[in-house]
Amino acid sequence: MELLYAITLGVLTTCGIYLLLRARTFTVILGLTLLSHAVNLYLFASGRLVAGGPAIIGLTERSADPLPQALVLTAIVIGFAMTAFVVVLALKAAVELRNDHVDGENPDEDRA
Amino acid sequence: MNHALILPILLPLVTGAGQLLFYQAPFALQRLLGFASTFWLLLLGIWCLQIAGTGEHILYHAGDWPAPFGIVLVLDRLSAIMLALTAVLGVCCLLYASNGSDKRGAHFHALFQFQLAGLNGAFLTGDLFNLFVFFEILLIASYALLLHGGGRARSRAGLHYVIINLTGSALFLIALGTLYGLTGTLNMADLALRVADAPPQDVPLLAAASLILLVVFGIKAAILPLLFWLPRAYSAASAPIAALFAIMTKVGIYAILRVFLLVFALGEEPIGETAWGWLWPLALLTLALGGVGVLGSDSLRTLTAYLVILSVGTLLATISFATEASLGAALFYLIHSTGMAAVFFLLADLLGQQREEGYDRFSATGPIGHRWLLGSLFFIAAIAMIGLPPFSGFVSKAWILQASAQEPQGLWLWGVLLAAALLTLIAVSRTGSSWFWRPGDMANPYPLERGPLTLVAIMVGLNGLLAVFGDPVVGYLELTAQQLLDPHAYIAAVLPDASAAAQEISP
Repeated sequence: MELLYAITLGVLTTCGIYLLLRARTFTVILGLTLLSHAVNLYLFASGRLVAGGPAIIGLTERSADPLPQALVLTAIVIGFAMTAFVVVLALKAAVELRNDHVDGENPDEDRA
Repeated sequence: MNHALILPILLPLVTGAGQLLFYQAPFALQRLLGFASTFWLLLLGIWCLQIAGTGEHILYHAGDWPAPFGIVLVLDRLSAIMLALTAVLGVCCLLYASNGSDKRGAHFHALFQFQLAGLNGAFLTGDLFNLFVFFEILLIASYALLLHGGGRARSRAGLHYVIINLTGSALFLIALGTLYGLTGTLNMADLALRVADAPPQDVPLLAAASLILLVVFGIKAAILPLLFWLPRAYSAASAPIAALFAIMTKVGIYAILRVFLLVFALGEEPIGETAWGWLWPLALLTLALGGVGVLGSDSLRTLTAYLVILSVGTLLATISFATEASLGAALFYLIHSTGMAAVFFLLADLLGQQREEGYDRFSATGPIGHRWLLGSLFFIAAIAMIGLPPFSGFVSKAWILQASAQEPQGLWLWGVLLAAALLTLIAVSRTGSSWFWRPGDMANPYPLERGPLTLVAIMVGLNGLLAVFGDPVVGYLELTAQQLLDPHAYIAAVLPDASAAAQEISP
């Protein structure tokens, strides 16, 4: 399970960073979303991966750590709100600047 | 347990929520509420300065959960100074905004209160994850405040600002996950103890986490490779918002102080050493870039944004010596530079409104109204900002130079700091002569608003007072530096049992 988890994290982070470095806002937002997924999974894993372990001590032999779950919940809520905000901001910028480039201007404008 | 300690967070949060809920109420009422809350914060800030002045760490256990299981708020001298500084700045910005610029967008006052709540929370918390949460609160508010007033420049700057900070937040969480995974705690005092006796195989990972945290705080504080969002964002924001943002870079510096002087500072070979090693050259380069940027800017607001960068470089270079004298000097400079950056953002707006053309751009050469009055104000503010006597900039720079003279690497700081000051002097005097001296008088000057003018004059006056009554301030800051360099006292206050046990084990 650890190997699969690690590979998933790696793929998500790589894709996220690749998309983050693109020039248009839509792909950048997708990249941010993937990166925040990766981060949430990573935070979750920081309490160690336990299968079938409830977050209460004493019920079973191995119990899961509840704190990372709470942290992830907070991070998901914040990340979700931020993504919503950045989508709205990108739309606003696209309307006002008449293009969807992150820098607010199309570098190929003069060539076309 | 003193419940008043949570008020600096709770008061603006509740006020802001109320303002959002009753947004249909008359605007004057919203404004009044905002003022009431901010003035209370000022009183609370003074009270915090007083009770923290005894040298104790004052704790607030949220929900009465004992540390390290619950979240603690810790008030020490550094937090108290930052709280008071934020409150003073908040009052000034709110006063300036009430000349009408708070009506140019929705929910200005509510967002302003949320911003203050986030700032105060970040300064008070003793828990790393909680620090992340308060960072997010202040960032969310700042995203919206940056866009206040609308316009293309703001959307463009806002997009950069939001995206880089979201990436920073992701990195922050990665660092927190690593720290929690290795130590099982996020309470700063507890982390410090566990990081200090981490097994050797964990040390590289902990060092990696510390460096990721440095990157995150570097984005907030604007250290060299991570600062390119700042000039555009700060120069696009409306004047009172830009003035409030003067404290935002200082949040990053506060976090660096807190984390690298407490969490990673203990043990035989402190893990923070790697980060300190990076900080010194980067801070010097930031300082140099700030100087060059000041000379090369095309408007007074961009110039001020580079002044902020310059001050960050100076601060971090001084802090990275990590001696008692250098920390005290850096804190004095922090107070001075925050105030003066705010003054200059407000001044850019004040002068820009009186100019015939070009607002605050240097390329415009039109005349300016009321040039004697405004020219004198600009002259005095410029003297205060560059660090000439009799203002506090002089005291702080003299103290920084004195403190760094005792260090082997101090000469580097002397050279870069003085060269940057010279560049600033040239840039500011060029501004002064091309705005006030050359174009001559304006035939029909625009009416001058007295309120904002008086406010800026008072803020410059406060800077002068800081120098006149410098002695008690210097004394307080020296004690603050002492307290910062003694992480054991912090840990003993937060975790009385654990630190007693640790001292028994290690003779």
